[in-house]
Amino acid sequence: MTENTNRARPISGPVLNRSLRWMRDNLFSSPINTVITLLCVYIIWNVLDVIVSWAVLNASFGAAKEACEAATGACWAYVHDMWRFLLFGTFPADQHWRPLLAMVMLTSGMLLSMNRRFWSPWLAVAWIVGFIAVYFVLRGGVLGLSPVRTAQWGGLTLTLVLAVVGIAFAAPLALLLALGRRSEMPLIKVVCIVVIEVFRGVPLISVLFMASVMFPLFLPEGVSIDVLLRAQIGIIIFQAAYLAEVFRGGMQAIPKGQYEAADSLGLNYWQKTFKIILPQALRLVIPPTMSTFISLFKDTSLVVIIGLFDLLAATRAAVNDPMWRQQFIEAYVFIALIYFCFCFFMSRYSAYLDNDLKKSTSH
Amino acid sequence: MLKKLTSTSAVAALSLSVLAAGVQAGETVDAVMDKGYIQCGVNTSLAGFSNATGGEWAGLDVDLCRAVAAAMLGDSEAVRFTALTANQRFTALQSGEVDILSRNTTWTLTRDTALGLNFAGVNYYDGQGFMVRKDLGVSSAKELSGAAICVEPGTTTELNLADYFRAQGMEFEPVVIENTSEVTAAFFAGRCDVYTTDASGLASARNVSAENPADYMILPEIISKEPLGPAVRHGDDEFMDIVRWTLNAMIEAEEYGITSENVDDMRDNSSNPGVQRLLGTTPGLGEALGIDEDWAYNIISQVGNYGESYETNVTELLGLERGINALWTDGGLMYAQPVR
Repeated sequence: MTENTNRARPISGPVLNRSLRWMRDNLFSSPINTVITLLCVYIIWNVLDVIVSWAVLNASFGAAKEACEAATGACWAYVHDMWRFLLFGTFPADQHWRPLLAMVMLTSGMLLSMNRRFWSPWLAVAWIVGFIAVYFVLRGGVLGLSPVRTAQWGGLTLTLVLAVVGIAFAAPLALLLALGRRSEMPLIKVVCIVVIEVFRGVPLISVLFMASVMFPLFLPEGVSIDVLLRAQIGIIIFQAAYLAEVFRGGMQAIPKGQYEAADSLGLNYWQKTFKIILPQALRLVIPPTMSTFISLFKDTSLVVIIGLFDLLAATRAAVNDPMWRQQFIEAYVFIALIYFCFCFFMSRYSAYLDNDLKKSTSH
Repeated sequence: MLKKLTSTSAVAALSLSVLAAGVQAGETVDAVMDKGYIQCGVNTSLAGFSNATGGEWAGLDVDLCRAVAAAMLGDSEAVRFTALTANQRFTALQSGEVDILSRNTTWTLTRDTALGLNFAGVNYYDGQGFMVRKDLGVSSAKELSGAAICVEPGTTTELNLADYFRAQGMEFEPVVIENTSEVTAAFFAGRCDVYTTDASGLASARNVSAENPADYMILPEIISKEPLGPAVRHGDDEFMDIVRWTLNAMIEAEEYGITSENVDDMRDNSSNPGVQRLLGTTPGLGEALGIDEDWAYNIISQVGNYGESYETNVTELLGLERGINALWTDGGLMYAQPVR
């Protein structure tokens, strides 16, 4: 009630009054609240003080390592020296525009796909063309680009490739697994259940380990499959198994009446699934789906155990550089910010999409 | 695994009989010559031995692979490096993903036999030791009972530590930290009394990370032997010979004083018969190995001798002196079998 009258008032004078009143109502309403508020302010102040003085006030921002000797805070020269390795790994230095282009293509592809205006079957075609383009930009060997082996791909580029390809292939596979698990054909049902339960029953590390250490022993001698491809397939199947259960949850939440209504309209299985069930089911599971994507993005860092130089592995290699042994905190802070930017963006997008879809359907 | 081992031993038997019939290259040598490059497995990141943070692979272990490429193919750049973790390394070699494993791997009996590897030599002698702050007043590892000891988890360091303290009947409190940078930072910040790892690691940590290196000392006890060297698969003796003699040639070149700078001059002007044989002025050694007569010349001119490689990778980067890795003539253990 008071809120409404407040809103009507001009903002100029009473803003101070209003915020004071808000503080009194919410922060200092009782002696206990007052004590807790003051304690929190004290803690926040101290933590912020440490962080800001380390990262900004006492830090050295110069490009030369010598400048760091005097500074008591962070030494950002480290990031200045190492950012190329952290972003591109061991990719040949004169070709760095190629991983950069690949990253721009992957991120802009993601951004475009987030806009509902572009949602159509053509988007899938565009992605497939895009993946082929990214692959050849990185691998080279065509149009006069020098070939670069997958073992040389690294840094943020590799993390993005693993994550985006992982998401793009895990989602459709998960959909098939989820439909298969609810299928009435026993063979398909059993196969899907086995795949889902086996891959959900083991940790991702062991999947990667099998792919990189055990799998080659079963191949005939002299035949080897690229380790990046093996890891990528492992990640796709693992995440698809999790995502399949998320999708299945959505389908089970659809009231039985919807299925019966579709049947009574005479729709066949595929029409029913794609026109009636999935649009509703997928909308229900946007938050858990996005959680799975976020965890997939972060789980790509587990490829460190099979010797691929993703963002985290590149950082770990960089902090072992004897030149910069004292600067490992800066390195980890830097990549933590990169991870946070991507994950936070994904989580905000999920919230936006959820709201947007609710608005557009509840008019 | 079993299938793989039997098939490699079958190949071993086969190549032995082939060898008896006359000089003929083994399958790894043939494969390398065909594809025109060597696949080399190295550590993902170990400063001084193999490190890619500069964009190019560099280090003592990396140089050995480049030297083998120079010897076989005449081009030290004809190498494809694969970064391997400790767990992956033997499978990668057994499955043919790499031809040489040059990844600070300790030469032990089980690895040499049951794992189906052949070690071609030792390119770095190491051993596990202890470092303490001087103001602790300790002069021997036997006085460390009850100490908090910083240790990296993994390979054999942790096991050696536990074995040593059990054998001495002493207690200790392990402080286990994953990464070299972090464990050294913890030690120099005083989170533990003692830091244990290979002696080379201790010395480089002291030289690189300590604010005042004179405040720290490395205790005299070395509790393990870690001869590190390149390994190849069982079954291709010609290839193992090439790797072994590449390493020997690098060490022998240092004995003769042949460096990447004076190698041309030595080849043209040296009257020392040993030098002439090594550099191919007097032919025969290359033919015996089944490779070009210029093999050693290519190694030394493109990669350098062992001392040069040690100097650029280990001494300059980690501040480590030669120590037991000096030539035998200087009181070290580096002793090449005669290249003749």
